[in-house]
Amino acid sequence: MTTRPPIPAHPRLGTRLAYRLQRVLRPRPGLRWLSTRIEASGLARPLFTKTERLTKDTLFGCRMCGQCALPVTGYVCPMGCPKELRNGPCGGVGADGGCEVYPEKRCVWVEAFERAASQGRGADLRLLHLPIDHRRWGESSWLNYWQGRDEGLWTREAGDTGGTGDTGGDRHVPHHQPALGGK
Amino acid sequence: MSLRDRLTAGSFAVTAEISPPRGASTDPVTATAALLRDWVDAVNVTDNQGSNVRLASWAGSLAALHAGLEPVMQMTCRDRNRIALQSDLLGASALGIRNILVMTGDHPKFGDHPEAKPVFDLDSVQLLWTLRHMRDQGAVLTGRTLKPPPDCFLGAVENPAAPPAEFRAERLGKKIAAGAQFVQTQFVFDVAAFAEWMAQVRDLGLHEQCYILPGVGAVRSRNALDYMRDKVPGVYVPDDVYRRLRAVPADQTAAEGARLAAETIQQLSAIEGVAGVHLLVAGNEQAVPGILDSAGVRAEDHGR
Repeated sequence: MTTRPPIPAHPRLGTRLAYRLQRVLRPRPGLRWLSTRIEASGLARPLFTKTERLTKDTLFGCRMCGQCALPVTGYVCPMGCPKELRNGPCGGVGADGGCEVYPEKRCVWVEAFERAASQGRGADLRLLHLPIDHRRWGESSWLNYWQGRDEGLWTREAGDTGGTGDTGGDRHVPHHQPALGGK
Repeated sequence: MSLRDRLTAGSFAVTAEISPPRGASTDPVTATAALLRDWVDAVNVTDNQGSNVRLASWAGSLAALHAGLEPVMQMTCRDRNRIALQSDLLGASALGIRNILVMTGDHPKFGDHPEAKPVFDLDSVQLLWTLRHMRDQGAVLTGRTLKPPPDCFLGAVENPAAPPAEFRAERLGKKIAAGAQFVQTQFVFDVAAFAEWMAQVRDLGLHEQCYILPGVGAVRSRNALDYMRDKVPGVYVPDDVYRRLRAVPADQTAAEGARLAAETIQQLSAIEGVAGVHLLVAGNEQAVPGILDSAGVRAEDHGR
């Protein structure tokens, strides 16, 4: 699966609206049922995936890694980081918050921190993200999310070292990737 | 005494960074190691620093070890995927290299092969976690057993001066949770800003979970000063420091830079939670004895 190179993208969806949608789209029996039906259909699945690609590309500059971190990154895509960092910013962020590689763009993690903190979700950034599975590029992360296959992308393990802030919302509990995170 | 033992004993530790040569010889590393041996506790060997091809970090580390100076092998996520990185830890451990410093690494764009594929299969937090897992669980990431498992003392880097400032201490917390036992920072030119970061670090109790060694640089020339201020990602030279180093005649910049470094070391060592300093002096290693001498950190203090 080839995909375009990572370039920081500024989300076009407002922070508050994004978190509101998150509550609506959280996995629930209805959505799970729906996603099972979509997955079973040879026609609906690619159509759905294509729709997701278009939507999320427009809103977040999505590159379809298939393992969406947006719910815990203030809805700023970490895969737009030229180093594809999923655990926070590198040390090369400019004094003005600019990306090391594309100084005219803002560092996705600087923006993620601001957006998450603005909604009392700054603590989300303390979560430890596990290494991604590169076989899943191109998959629909919405289907993966509703089917529960995204559980285990991150863990709370480092989430309780201190600081303040409401973690809010549902958190994933890791169970696969047995080596890391799983207990 | 090893770096790990020195830090554990609570003595002030000094590390320094060296760049392996661009060439197929370890002689320059051996020579530098001989110069620094009586002054520093360990020497960091960079991993294709600035995304420029140089002698491999493990080879430079081995040369330092043979020259009687404990190495800190730097490992970036830029050039190798999770298979190669795990393999490198096994190799390093087998050869007696114990200290591993994990970092993201500069983007290839800044080096001598800007057209190279940036790997970044793992990020620095994930790599720390992976290496700790190999050591403590005796298995690779996907579960296969390692016989024997590697031994290592794991380090991380942090840049307290980089945005978002409010998140930098928590970022260190993530690295500690992932396995970091010591941390070396990017250049500290702004001691007040570093002290603020350290206050956040202490509030989170992180200075009790990890040894913190701020980075101190010695500016050699006006060109180096300008380059550092304008070209090196993540390095911030405050105006007063810049003015101070520009105020002296050009041929005295190096001396003033060394004085500034010595003063910085003294100021940093007074901050609660600072376990030592990391000298970022690659290419300027001969300045180390003078700087440590004027800072009052002498070889005798190292129990030699």
